[in-house]
Amino acid sequence: MSNLLIYPIIVPLLTAMVLVFVRDRIKLQQWLTVLSLLITIGISLYNIYYVSTEHILVLELGGWSAPYGIVLVGDMMSLILVTVACFVSLMCLLYGFQSIEMGHKKHFIYPMILILVTGVNGSFLTGDIFNLFVFFEVMLIASYVLIALGGKKIQLRESIKYVLINVVSSTLFVIATAYLYAATGTLNMAHLSQRIAEVGQDGLLTAISFLYLIVFGLKSGLLLFYWLPGSYSAPSPPVAALFAALLTKVGVYTVIRTFTLMFYHQPEITHTVILWMAAITMILGALGAVSHWEIKKILAYNVIISVGFILFGLAVGTEQSLSGSFYYLIHDMLSKALIFITGGAIINIFGTDKLKEFSGLILFRPLLGWLFFIGVLALAGVPPLSGFVGKVKILQGALSAGELAVSIIGLLTSLMVLYSVLKIFIHSFWGETLMSEGQEYSTGKSALLPGTILVASLFALGIGAEWVNPYIAQATEVMVNPSLYIEAVLTKISP
Amino acid sequence: METLIIILSGILFTIATYLILNKNFLRIVLGLTLFSHATHMMLMAINGLKRGGAPLLGERTDVYTDPIPQALILTSIVISFALTALLLVLGYRTYIELGTDNMKKLRGESHE
Repeated sequence: MSNLLIYPIIVPLLTAMVLVFVRDRIKLQQWLTVLSLLITIGISLYNIYYVSTEHILVLELGGWSAPYGIVLVGDMMSLILVTVACFVSLMCLLYGFQSIEMGHKKHFIYPMILILVTGVNGSFLTGDIFNLFVFFEVMLIASYVLIALGGKKIQLRESIKYVLINVVSSTLFVIATAYLYAATGTLNMAHLSQRIAEVGQDGLLTAISFLYLIVFGLKSGLLLFYWLPGSYSAPSPPVAALFAALLTKVGVYTVIRTFTLMFYHQPEITHTVILWMAAITMILGALGAVSHWEIKKILAYNVIISVGFILFGLAVGTEQSLSGSFYYLIHDMLSKALIFITGGAIINIFGTDKLKEFSGLILFRPLLGWLFFIGVLALAGVPPLSGFVGKVKILQGALSAGELAVSIIGLLTSLMVLYSVLKIFIHSFWGETLMSEGQEYSTGKSALLPGTILVASLFALGIGAEWVNPYIAQATEVMVNPSLYIEAVLTKISP
Repeated sequence: METLIIILSGILFTIATYLILNKNFLRIVLGLTLFSHATHMMLMAINGLKRGGAPLLGERTDVYTDPIPQALILTSIVISFALTALLLVLGYRTYIELGTDNMKKLRGESHE
């Protein structure tokens, strides 16, 4: 039964291996990629159904029982994130099938994207902190290749910085894990949580938790985001969309997981630090988004703002704000994919990403204009789109916990988000048309199908919040009450 | 013995930090290599150097050495080895394309 948990990891991985052998048959590669992602989504949906009716899924790899071997744990949060991640990757691929250059397609871009998905799914599912490091590396190595693929000057330059900063943070990850193992004698996350609760979270363990916070902050763009705008604007638009929707979100997930499952005993120290890191992240991200005049940079800074907002909900730490954070995390993966895909289409049409050279696209691409506009509204959190529900929940939780100052910062930054993306909309869609006849019908069609599907899913998530809510509540239950997770992993459940 | 190894890895961390803060790309890569070496030595030392027999059932000793730090180090070594190779290739390609390995000149210009 619980063997189904491993499929979101091995299906993309095995498909990627097969794809390497059919290098020249692009159509076959595309079909196989879509097929493997659809299979993964189907299995994950079944897993969600199973967890919602039965119990948390646990798979002990190799038959080694829980604290000794590596386990995969599928609770509601992990499984929903796996499903959304695969769905978003599928959308980015649908966009990429037409807009990725032929040279990239022949140089293993599809296998690399599938390996990236493998790493992302593995990071969501694993229940072992060192295994998390390994899946992080799987994901990061794929992303190094994807950023550098094509070998343009800007790509090489940015990929070097991206790789360097990530190698340093990965080494810090190993150091933090070494300390944690020396202090507690275990690597299994449920067992760690149990042991930390037994001995109490003293100064040493809190210091280790801060080391983890630095590592995950570097990966997710929480305060330590200075590498992010440069490297997210280097790769081609489909890859940038994939990065924006998935990579930082894995970092956010790990912060939420570590600070709700393991290091939750001293919130007055750890969560206060996260709170102010999130606040500064939102402010700096908003300033960056407002001050730039290139689409890619503006959108990359928007990624940073939303990371701050999600972790603000974690730092407040009430049940309501946590469920809001999780809801907003799902919303953010979908809406970032939408805005990066439509933004990428605009860049492709104009052939540049400088706002001041854009004008009057609405006459020729009305549907694209509307999709982008709905993406703008979704980012700002306008009802009935899904961002609204998440923002309301986070802010309600924060206000009831008395975090007035940071709530105001959160609201102000969402206004600045609205301004920064509306700036793109106004400059590119309004005004007089500067395009010549040849340019008008050149590109941009490939974004319409995935854009429409993503817009539909954003509406569904916003209007259907009532139906989604039981699943979100079940995911939040585990965050608020870690003993559910610990019991599921450490006590034997007969299959 | 543990204390000695810890001090040694501390010295390595110092050198690695100095090299990473350099502007020359090759020195940064060397710094990263030293950084991961220091990490591995520290990982081994803080979890205790050889405390007993080999952790095999046939050894028949009362005290076994904990094999997990070694397993972690092995995994981490393989990953850092692959990353160093990738970094060197990227750096070489960048040097060919951009004609420099000075990080200060890799800041980027707006007209690209």
